[in-house]
Amino acid sequence: MRFIKAEKVTFEYIRRDEDGNVEGINRAVDSVSLDVKEGDFISILGANGSGKSTFAKHLNSILLPTEGTVWVDGMDTKDEEKILDIRMATGMVFQNPDNQIIGQVVEEDVAFGPENMGVPTQEIIERVEESLKTVGMLDYRKDSPNKLSGGQKQRVSIAGVLAMHPKCIVLDEPTAMLDPVGRKEVIRALRALNDVEKITIILITHYMEETIYSDKIFVMNKGKIAMEGTPREIFSRVEELEEYKLEVPQITKLAYELKKQGLRLPDCVLTVKELADALSR
Amino acid sequence: MLKDVTLGQYYQADSPIHKLDPRVKLVGTLLYMISLFIFNNIYCYAIAAVFLITVIILTKVPVWYMLKGLKAVLFIMLFTVVFNIFFTPGEYIFEFGIFHISREGIKGAVFMIIRLTLLIVSASIMTLTTTPNRLTDGIEKLFRPLKLIKVPVHEMAMMMSIALRFIPILMEEADKIMKAQTARGAKFDSKKFMDRVKSLIPLIVPLFISAFRRASDLALAMEARCYHGGEGRTKMKPLKYKAGDIVSYVILALYIAAMVAVGILSARLAFFQFLSK
Repeated sequence: MRFIKAEKVTFEYIRRDEDGNVEGINRAVDSVSLDVKEGDFISILGANGSGKSTFAKHLNSILLPTEGTVWVDGMDTKDEEKILDIRMATGMVFQNPDNQIIGQVVEEDVAFGPENMGVPTQEIIERVEESLKTVGMLDYRKDSPNKLSGGQKQRVSIAGVLAMHPKCIVLDEPTAMLDPVGRKEVIRALRALNDVEKITIILITHYMEETIYSDKIFVMNKGKIAMEGTPREIFSRVEELEEYKLEVPQITKLAYELKKQGLRLPDCVLTVKELADALSR
Repeated sequence: MLKDVTLGQYYQADSPIHKLDPRVKLVGTLLYMISLFIFNNIYCYAIAAVFLITVIILTKVPVWYMLKGLKAVLFIMLFTVVFNIFFTPGEYIFEFGIFHISREGIKGAVFMIIRLTLLIVSASIMTLTTTPNRLTDGIEKLFRPLKLIKVPVHEMAMMMSIALRFIPILMEEADKIMKAQTARGAKFDSKKFMDRVKSLIPLIVPLFISAFRRASDLALAMEARCYHGGEGRTKMKPLKYKAGDIVSYVILALYIAAMVAVGILSARLAFFQFLSK
């Protein structure tokens, strides 16, 4: 079943001068069409300014397309009456963990979403506990978010979305402000969600390492979808990726260069172990 | 300097005061503050101080944590003390040119210090033992009747809780900006007053810009989590009075009664002393 369907989505930022005259039009997203199946782990890759974040905001009607249509779980995002249903179906996690945590205590923050939805008290408590457990933050439920590390804060944000029981979570560069340890924590939590809870994940990022485990990758460049395919298909096109200002994981790059020098290696190598195995053969 | 303000800083501990209904704490703090202003004699202050110290012990919050809040208002305190000492007319015990210190002035100053200390500490207790969300829940529920005359109670409570949540974050940010500007040669520690005022501009402008950015991010995040005003909202921890809250109200009533009794008694006493003179 197609959970998200975007058809020729275009979004323009209109810049105006002081008198309100149109100064210029900035086409951030340029007729993007894509489908996402329920239960998939999708990554959208792109350099800064490629339009990936703007596109992500279309997935729960924070932004509405200038042209084209986005359907989420069969609902048109332009339909104002369905706006709450759409936002319940697709949760969203943003880049800066500090700017999306509303509560002063971890569990109060996680409860914010369900409270807005009007979930009964007893069920909120259950949901909060369950979602904190899923992201491995249950021990911190009574703590202040200010005391947590970046990775932990971001896991709390994910728990906050999870407590709304969405079918899909869109993450807009959730790891951009984290250190390598925090990044691993977050990605591990996402993979677990996808594997165990079967929640559709749409990960927007510019770190290619994070997309290795996705079912499908879309690469965006200048508002358009430039490439799409499985990680292996995408990562084997090293030169093309570099053209879009994306950094290929070191190990993939190394294997690519070795192969170019005449070593017999498979087309695309994603992990250190894979390369070691291939070399020892 | 910026980290000294304890207002809005929740201190997690497992104490009977933490568990109280926020409405009790709000009403209590308010009544306590009013009582300090109405009854200003030494006996009443003694009762108020004993009451406050008992509460402090019950909260299990380290005392220095509460006194930290005082540091921020030290300047105001000094200011009022100086004014009280030098500008209160009465029986002069020290004179030097235009300066004169009166017995009443010293008494006024001492009272002022006691009163301000009690005030600030009592406010700190409320914010240290209540999470801002609970606090705003309390305010929202306490002022709910005002909704009838179209006061946006929920919205105001929400704004307050967000403001409180961002105070520590913005302070940290101010600290960071200060360091960044110092690294570029800005002087924040100049002796001249005007220089100091001017030096605040490169601090305040970036701080405001960042605050606006944070606000717009937060608004997005709240909207994405289905926030749509107070209508149809449920609570994870709905406010319900428990036995402990009712006991606290009784204790509070006893405290007020004691204050009123002692206040009237000491006023009488002063009156008779005045008559017998």
